[in-house]
Amino acid sequence: MATKKTRKTNVSKDDLMPLYRRMLLIRRFEEKAGQLYGMGLIGGFCHLYIGQEAVVVGLEAVAEEGDKRVTSYRDHGHMLACGMDANGVMAELTGRSGGYSKGKGGSMHMFSKEKHFYGGHGIVGAQVPIGAGLAFSDKYKGNTNVTFTYFGDGAANQGQVYETFNMAALWDLPVIFVIENNQYAMGTSQQRSTSSAEIYERGQAFGIPGEAVDGMDVLAVKAAGQTAVNHCRSGKGPYILEIKTYRYRGHSMSDPAKYRTREEVQKVREEKDAIQHVRDLLLTGKHCTEDDLKLVDKEIKAIVNQSAEFAKESPEPASDELWTDIYANLEA
Amino acid sequence: MAVDILMPALSPTMEEGTLAKWLVAEGDAIKSGDILAEIETDKATMEFEAVDEGIIGKLLVAEGTASISVNSPIAILLEDGEALPTIQAKTKVKDPIIAPTKQTEKLVSALDAPPNENLVEQDLPEGTKFKTQTVREAIREAMSEEMRLDEAVYLIGEEVAEYEGAYKISQGMLDEFGSKRVIDTPITEHGFTGIAVGAAFGGLKPVVEFMTFNFAMQAMDQIINSAAKTLYMSGGQMGAPIVFRGPNGAAARVGAQHSQDYAAWYSHIPGLKVVQPYSAADAKGLLKSAIRDPNPVIFLENEILYGQSFEVPDWANYTVPLGKARVWCEGNDITLVSFGIGMKYTLEAAEQLAEMGVSVEVIDLRSLRPLDTQTVINSVKKTNRCVTIEEGYPVCSIGNYVSSVLMQEAFDYLDAPVINCTGKDVPMPYAANLEKLALVTTEDVVAAAKSVLYR
Repeated sequence: MATKKTRKTNVSKDDLMPLYRRMLLIRRFEEKAGQLYGMGLIGGFCHLYIGQEAVVVGLEAVAEEGDKRVTSYRDHGHMLACGMDANGVMAELTGRSGGYSKGKGGSMHMFSKEKHFYGGHGIVGAQVPIGAGLAFSDKYKGNTNVTFTYFGDGAANQGQVYETFNMAALWDLPVIFVIENNQYAMGTSQQRSTSSAEIYERGQAFGIPGEAVDGMDVLAVKAAGQTAVNHCRSGKGPYILEIKTYRYRGHSMSDPAKYRTREEVQKVREEKDAIQHVRDLLLTGKHCTEDDLKLVDKEIKAIVNQSAEFAKESPEPASDELWTDIYANLEA
Repeated sequence: MAVDILMPALSPTMEEGTLAKWLVAEGDAIKSGDILAEIETDKATMEFEAVDEGIIGKLLVAEGTASISVNSPIAILLEDGEALPTIQAKTKVKDPIIAPTKQTEKLVSALDAPPNENLVEQDLPEGTKFKTQTVREAIREAMSEEMRLDEAVYLIGEEVAEYEGAYKISQGMLDEFGSKRVIDTPITEHGFTGIAVGAAFGGLKPVVEFMTFNFAMQAMDQIINSAAKTLYMSGGQMGAPIVFRGPNGAAARVGAQHSQDYAAWYSHIPGLKVVQPYSAADAKGLLKSAIRDPNPVIFLENEILYGQSFEVPDWANYTVPLGKARVWCEGNDITLVSFGIGMKYTLEAAEQLAEMGVSVEVIDLRSLRPLDTQTVINSVKKTNRCVTIEEGYPVCSIGNYVSSVLMQEAFDYLDAPVINCTGKDVPMPYAANLEKLALVTTEDVVAAAKSVLYR
């Protein structure tokens, strides 16, 4: 865990509340997904984002219309943060026709052309060159959009990441490499898998600036994100953010997480939880009362419950969907 | 003693070349390492160095002489004070190639079908002329024409821009389109393939050149898992309009890691389209269709075919539909089904069989996914016999698939089991004699045809 930076206290309610709501939505959504998984309504692999909410919420706060994002299989939070509909995400988890991919993608493979969300990729690290390619397309078209390319500390050991760093730097691609360092690549801790303690420093070999960020502080993430976005948008090429975070749940729903102690998890939850942090700021800054926050909780719960209902009731895809979307047709 | 200086082979597939320029004159003293001449291969202009020292006694070929066969004498080197020998070696200058076209014409005439009608499915505008073009030129022209039409199309790969292509496919393209659209990459197949796939998701239409498809093995995950499957996984929201192209299959004497036909590998994958043209006309028409297609297309070329010439319609809008086989010649006794360089052996075999009085129907599949099974089935219903020909390995080959389709769809029409002629089930050896044995041969095809004809 990164040493706690000076956490800001003088932040306005207008800044804090949207961050709080979005982080809370992700957490409640993921808890519900875990529950539905336990009930057998969600199958296969399901990787929850609980604990890491501040990363994507902080960065989405600095994204502009037309900016793109791509991530790994731990993708539910990214979709909710960029404004995708909770119903569509949950229905994809249950494999129903109302899901973003009509039930054909599942938890790990979801996309939204409308929200410029390019997946949801199941192969560790494969989204990294894809993210640089999306940035390439923006540079080619001559606009100022940037692409947020998320990957974990595990993916940071894939060769294609460094192939991509090289070309992104060589061609000044407007891509922000966001390393979500939750300290465990499935069951292997960073110390056991990664030769260097600071992964963001690996960009130095390619001339890519980078910094470590406290990922349990959404305001710190937002501030670092703004620096990165400004750098990329002004045509200076890629930027690396290594965001030190922590996942509270196992790697996937089927991971017993024997590689770390319960105390370790508990300590982070109690001392560093990102949502609690913002909640404290809201209360100590006298921006709102406990009752106000209870109201917010209630609203969020309603959205999540509604998404679960939708995901249960949405019909399975029709059998003939098996044979659609394999090839695109030429537009006339 | 006088020594012949021989025309050198300057690439694995070079059989002949042009002596562009002599850099020495008769009477010059030379030593090892001196540059004697500039020689043009089909890919590049190379400097040719002396190995021995001596005096240039005679230059046997004039500057600018084209089509000089490899290993024929181009000059005579004398020892100091030695006189020219009286009998001079004769330099062999081959007929300017176009071998396959000639072969086709011969074959076509032997089998009694008109030539050009066979070459196009499209209604060409009245008065469209045909031009003689190499496969290399046809591929280049297809890319250039599509890049002129659509700003979203660009070429990316190793050595495609400043070097003008490892096989000179993209010669002149950097000059025309600039470095924004003809892009050199580092040697980093996995990375640049992923970047191209991402750019395709982002709305561009990349043409990715692999220096050879052997190197695409490094990028297999991005081709299969990212490019081919995303349309399906996204419920039809986004796919990758992208072309992966480059030489595929055995070249000549480049050994196991550089000689493999990936036709069957890629054809296995739903979401990919796969083409492997033989003629220049098909290379051009299919590549234009591939670039316009909204799906990922694997476009398998062949180094040996690059320099071969064919008749190509001289019309900028000429395209060949993906998924449609070409019937090269019609016949009644046997159907030979092939694609890519397999067609070379097939057409040679067809010619030999015709001389034996066999009426041969030759089908060039051209597209392997989608595969035009109906054309094959219709043919076999007429001829009742079939041999497939390809250079790839025998296990799970394209021929295996064609055979199974015929067994299901034309079982009652078959008078003999279908035979698959393929490359042998071994990694490609380097030794010349072994390499020849490892490839499918014209003799294999003739023998298989005779076998299914019970002759």
